[in-house]
Amino acid sequence: MSELLLDIKNEYLSFFTPAGEVKALNDVSIQMEQGDVLGIVGESGSGKSVTAYSIMGLTAYPGRLVGGTIDFNGHRINDMSEKELRKIRGNEVSIIFQDPMTSLNPVYTIGNQITEVILLHTDKTKTQAYERVIELLDLVGINDPVKRMKQYPHELSGGMRQRVMIAIALACEPKLLIADEPTTALDVTIQAQILELMMDLKKKIGMSIIMITHDLGIVANMCEKIAVMYAGKIVEFGTIDEIFYNPKHEYTKGLLKSIPKLTEKEHKKLVPIEGTPVDMLNPPIGCPFAPRCDSCMKICLTRMPEYTDISENHYSACWLLQKEALEQGRDKL
Amino acid sequence: MDDIKKPLSFQPDLSDFLPANNEEKQNLVTMRQSVSFWKDGLRRLKNNNIAMISLVIIIIVMIFAFIVPRFYPYAYEQQIRGSENLAPMEYSDAELELKAEGTAVFPHFLGTDTHGRDTMVRLMMGSRVSLLVGIVASALILLIGSAYGSIAGYFGGKTDMIMMRIVDVIYTVPDILIIILLMVTLKYPLQELANTVPAFEWINTVGVGLICIFIVFALLYWVGMARIVRSQILMLKEQEYVTAARALGASHSRIIKKHLLTNSMGTLIVTTTLQIPSSIFTESFLSFIGIGVAAPMPSLGSMAAQAIGGITSYPYRLMAPAITISFIILSFNLLGDGLRDAFDPKLKN
Amino acid sequence: MIKYITKRVLLAIVTLWIVATLTFLLMFLVPGGPFLSEKAPSEATLKALNEKYGLDQPKIVQYKNYMVKFLQGDLGLSIKQRGRTVKQIITTGFKVSARLGGLSILVAILIGIPLGSVAALNRGKWLDQIIIVISTFGIAVPSFVVSTVLMMILSVKLNLLPTYGLTSPLHYIMPVMALSFYPTAYISRLMRSSMLEVLGQDYMRTAKSKGLSQFVILFKHALRNAILPVVTYLGPLLAYTLTGSFVVEKIFTIPGLGNDFISSIINRDYTMIMGTTIFLAALLITVNVLVDIMYKLIDPRIKLR
Repeated sequence: MSELLLDIKNEYLSFFTPAGEVKALNDVSIQMEQGDVLGIVGESGSGKSVTAYSIMGLTAYPGRLVGGTIDFNGHRINDMSEKELRKIRGNEVSIIFQDPMTSLNPVYTIGNQITEVILLHTDKTKTQAYERVIELLDLVGINDPVKRMKQYPHELSGGMRQRVMIAIALACEPKLLIADEPTTALDVTIQAQILELMMDLKKKIGMSIIMITHDLGIVANMCEKIAVMYAGKIVEFGTIDEIFYNPKHEYTKGLLKSIPKLTEKEHKKLVPIEGTPVDMLNPPIGCPFAPRCDSCMKICLTRMPEYTDISENHYSACWLLQKEALEQGRDKL
Repeated sequence: MDDIKKPLSFQPDLSDFLPANNEEKQNLVTMRQSVSFWKDGLRRLKNNNIAMISLVIIIIVMIFAFIVPRFYPYAYEQQIRGSENLAPMEYSDAELELKAEGTAVFPHFLGTDTHGRDTMVRLMMGSRVSLLVGIVASALILLIGSAYGSIAGYFGGKTDMIMMRIVDVIYTVPDILIIILLMVTLKYPLQELANTVPAFEWINTVGVGLICIFIVFALLYWVGMARIVRSQILMLKEQEYVTAARALGASHSRIIKKHLLTNSMGTLIVTTTLQIPSSIFTESFLSFIGIGVAAPMPSLGSMAAQAIGGITSYPYRLMAPAITISFIILSFNLLGDGLRDAFDPKLKN
Repeated sequence: MIKYITKRVLLAIVTLWIVATLTFLLMFLVPGGPFLSEKAPSEATLKALNEKYGLDQPKIVQYKNYMVKFLQGDLGLSIKQRGRTVKQIITTGFKVSARLGGLSILVAILIGIPLGSVAALNRGKWLDQIIIVISTFGIAVPSFVVSTVLMMILSVKLNLLPTYGLTSPLHYIMPVMALSFYPTAYISRLMRSSMLEVLGQDYMRTAKSKGLSQFVILFKHALRNAILPVVTYLGPLLAYTLTGSFVVEKIFTIPGLGNDFISSIINRDYTMIMGTTIFLAALLITVNVLVDIMYKLIDPRIKLR
């Protein structure tokens, strides 16, 4: 049995704001092996980015882990000091952010910003680092690297900036790359290029990827396993086939239904999910999705659903599944 | 078998699995009320203790400057023989005699100056001058600046370019120097005007010095406001409701007034409120170096200047105007800060 | 870049010319002459004096004469301070004022920037609150109040420092404190809000995700971005220091250019007024151009038109 690259057990994370405690993560558990490509899907505020940041210890003030453990590559993240965390950031685990426009420092050249991370984590000399930067820029598909190195972020297009971000992330050959909505701010055509690049790189270097997105289309192409998050909980987890062809949670079903399909005849209305997202300051005691769920039952309003296994790699948190199980159980009796 | 419910069982009760109706679902959805921009801003302002205290201080100072002198027994230019250089609450020999006779003599709370004038009432008049300058000058700047800036911003193109070039030149000219020169030189023609042309008699009643200051502010300081208004207009112009209004046939002035200016209102209020202490500061500075309002009208600046000579023997003569002017400027600044925190959507966290 | 500089220089020259002409016009709006305030000279003396200083010529001719001499570097003789050229007076006066002003600006920058940064880093905590209060206070209190209060406390009551002149290092303390009070407060507020904005930017998050130390993140990534508004303020800062010097020099009896300027206005020393105004204007305009150029060097995003 291969050792897990990432093992998050029952993570609870809250933000202690002046307005009160915002319970951002409620019992999140994720396991990844080396080479996995995991997609985390959910709407804004579902907790996907928060989960990813917590792996790197990047939780912003006033957030704090209030329960659970995070193990990454043999490190117990939640026990580590800031100094120790700095050693693995950019080194064993990297992240690329959503908006390449603002994620690069405008007053330094891109060469400077890539070299910075190389010199920090490796003992390469400046010349060696320089060579490495050229190598990286080539790898991510930026032409004329020597000229580009001396340019400033505002002189590059959005797509190119995101490539630079990827170059920075890969500079020290991390075991895990976290991509937080990397293409949301880009045009669709550029989006395709960046995703292709990432898949390419994964094949070449064999690193693991966590892809965070609200776009199921992206996930379908890239990921092997998917975690669907809602209101700080993983409501369904499974392989890509299971999720797309055999979704069990009402939220997942709703997401899939709301995607417009090219093959459908015209005049079909888009099917959104009714209702509004949860107020995380005052989360409900029952299933967070209950108010928006068509199949909501009385128990859903009062008790948090437990996880039900649907198959070996597929589970979901929904009382409907429990109901099914009960009925099947009684039939057997 | 389903009828028997085991009370301690963790097994869900089958009746729980009945569908929930809409009512039950709605109860869980807490919606936050939507509030209008102004109400929201005012609420934030009211919660800002410092801004509220500053507002109160400003009101108190206004009462002090505009209302109290009317009821005060002493006039600011009234020189009382024998009562020169009195310390706070001190009485002159003549006054002590009167008191002995039984007549009530209103105390000089802050003493008197070298000419026997009551310092307290002069402080009030000085504050009045400062407040007047602050408010009138800022109003002038607001009017001229917004008109200019909104026209430039709204019409854009050549008009905008020419107008802004003019602003650039005025901006580059060192304003302090010009102001000092204008203050010194405008007095004479204005005085001439006041004395010879009957229509301009009122200049004398208000005071040539004050009018000078107003003119100088109106000539030079509106450029900052014009720039701010212009950039606001430029930003708002692109909004869709402007296009909609135009499509409905609204005239230019209507668009400017109703849509663009009202939406810039927040920024305008804040900028104007912060312009007031700046104007007050400039006036007191000019008065301090001797080219502000003319004697015997007191200004907090000139009072401070005159007090320096007697700084060892009569320190209160300096402290009184110094503290007063500091309070006035500080309060307006804090109020302006509070307004900005309350009404600037970008700073909402 | 060259094109930009040329444009600015041309604009500067035009502005300077406008200032000179304006000053010239304004001075002659004022009735009375520079000699009437002294014990009234006789008709003949008056005439001779007027002739000597060229004041009897028609205004246009005076203007032309002045401009011509100006281009040759001759600013004329001071009317009030007999025997000294305007140039001499400005040079001696400026040396004094420059020292005072330079020190004050240095103090304002060296204290204001760290103070503002510290406040931003400790946002909401008591250190931040204290700094906010002090700086708000600092920008509200006019310089003449600060000067006079300082004088009262440190000189009169405590007898620690001298009240006038600039002959020893001790003499510099109060004037520099008085002059730098406002700019220090202003710069720290500016720095604080700028730093707060920078700290919330996405690229700060990127820097942290690379594993960089707090020190590098602050000094390399944050500071250079946060300092831009402060650089923009340098132009107005100089203007303020200039005018602030009028007050401080008067109160502390310092023989600087500010004092000379104010006296020349009150005494109608025309040549002095002209010379000083043009000099000060030129100084301000030059510094503004330099600051704009410096800004471009720090922030590569700025495209100068």
